[in-house]
Amino acid sequence: MIESDVFVQALQDMGVNFFTGVPDSILGGIIAELMNRRIYTPAVREDEAVGMAAGAYMAGKTPAVLMQNSGLGTSLNTLISLNMIYKQPCILIVSWRGQGGKDAPEHLVMGEVMPQLLETVKIPHRTLTEKTAVEDFRWVAQTFMTQQMPVALFITKGVVKGLHP
Amino acid sequence: MRPEQGTLISRAQAMAALLELLTDQPVIICNGFPSREAHKIADRPTHFYMIGSMGNAPAIALGVALAKPNKQVITFDGDGNVLMGMGTLATVGALKPKNFIHVVFDNEVYGTTGNQPTISNVVPLEKVAKAAGYVNVERVLDRDDLVYEFKAMLKQDGPSMLLIKVNEFVEDAGRVLHDPPEITRRFMKAIQG
Ligand SMILES: Cc1ncc(C[n+]2csc(CCOP(=O)(O)OP(=O)(O)O)c2C)c(N)n1
Ligand SMILES: [Mg+2]
Repeated sequence: MIESDVFVQALQDMGVNFFTGVPDSILGGIIAELMNRRIYTPAVREDEAVGMAAGAYMAGKTPAVLMQNSGLGTSLNTLISLNMIYKQPCILIVSWRGQGGKDAPEHLVMGEVMPQLLETVKIPHRTLTEKTAVEDFRWVAQTFMTQQMPVALFITKGVVKGLHP
Repeated sequence: MRPEQGTLISRAQAMAALLELLTDQPVIICNGFPSREAHKIADRPTHFYMIGSMGNAPAIALGVALAKPNKQVITFDGDGNVLMGMGTLATVGALKPKNFIHVVFDNEVYGTTGNQPTISNVVPLEKVAKAAGYVNVERVLDRDDLVYEFKAMLKQDGPSMLLIKVNEFVEDAGRVLHDPPEITRRFMKAIQG
């Protein structure tokens, strides 16, 4: 399991310096760490978070947005009609609820279709694993810099240490 | 026609008066006719014309304001847009960025899509903003008042909301001519430093 502070440090080392989002339990440890470091700006909806991140990007920051995958539904229009057409990159840290069909009912549909959904709208994505973490982060940084569009890193349950082990 | 309608100015007239008071401040303008009119009245590199992402103009402006605390950031918004992204009033009210001015052109309709009524005739958006924690809020009906209040807001710590009641008149403005990636590039360059 990756410690939350190691995860946050890796993002900061990559140059990420604007963090916003809406919580999910899988992201609890990461958000707590961001709050400890006083670098987290909470949003009330994922589309708002994506909009704030876009503004911060245009003002010179490297932004990341944390969200549950249900928030991809909420923010889809902003991702495609703002980020993608205006060429505004953003790192999406997305918790993968409903993966493998084992979760509460509200997560099952998005949990199953999420990778195809992002492929359909052409948002590059990758799933973080402990073994490949260094490459995963390198890929995120490279995609962010070269593609000028949102890039998603999926976080599955138990890969990054949460609040309740 | 609403009772006050005959006496109200148009959004374009209100916008022209505001743009005369602005120089190099970043201005994020909501989608629909407001962006097209701003583009026609004064096309400055410090303007970010939003064409999609309805409801997100103040969120984008908030991101700029937080990243550039020494720059005053303005957003030009519409009543339909504010209603769609109403949660952002709460985020702004809670974070209280001092350098944030939210102008709402309230024509009580989704003007861009054919004047379907919104509900801003019965929901006073400036009161929602005040309740959410905006520091200064004003509702104005005519040109003299909007100039007076906007000048005051430019000198005060925010967040501030200036809600301007406007009529439904639409300026013959045409679409925003720049490509979206070009809007991003020139806006980024213009607000650097
Ligand atoms: C998510 C979404 N829903 C609907 C639309 C269609 N639409 C474009 S502009 C607009 C009206 C905006 O209303 P308002 O903010 O009051 O500005 P006005 O047109 O009155 O100046 C609507 C509904 C859209 N662009 N995006
Ligand atoms: Mg309107």
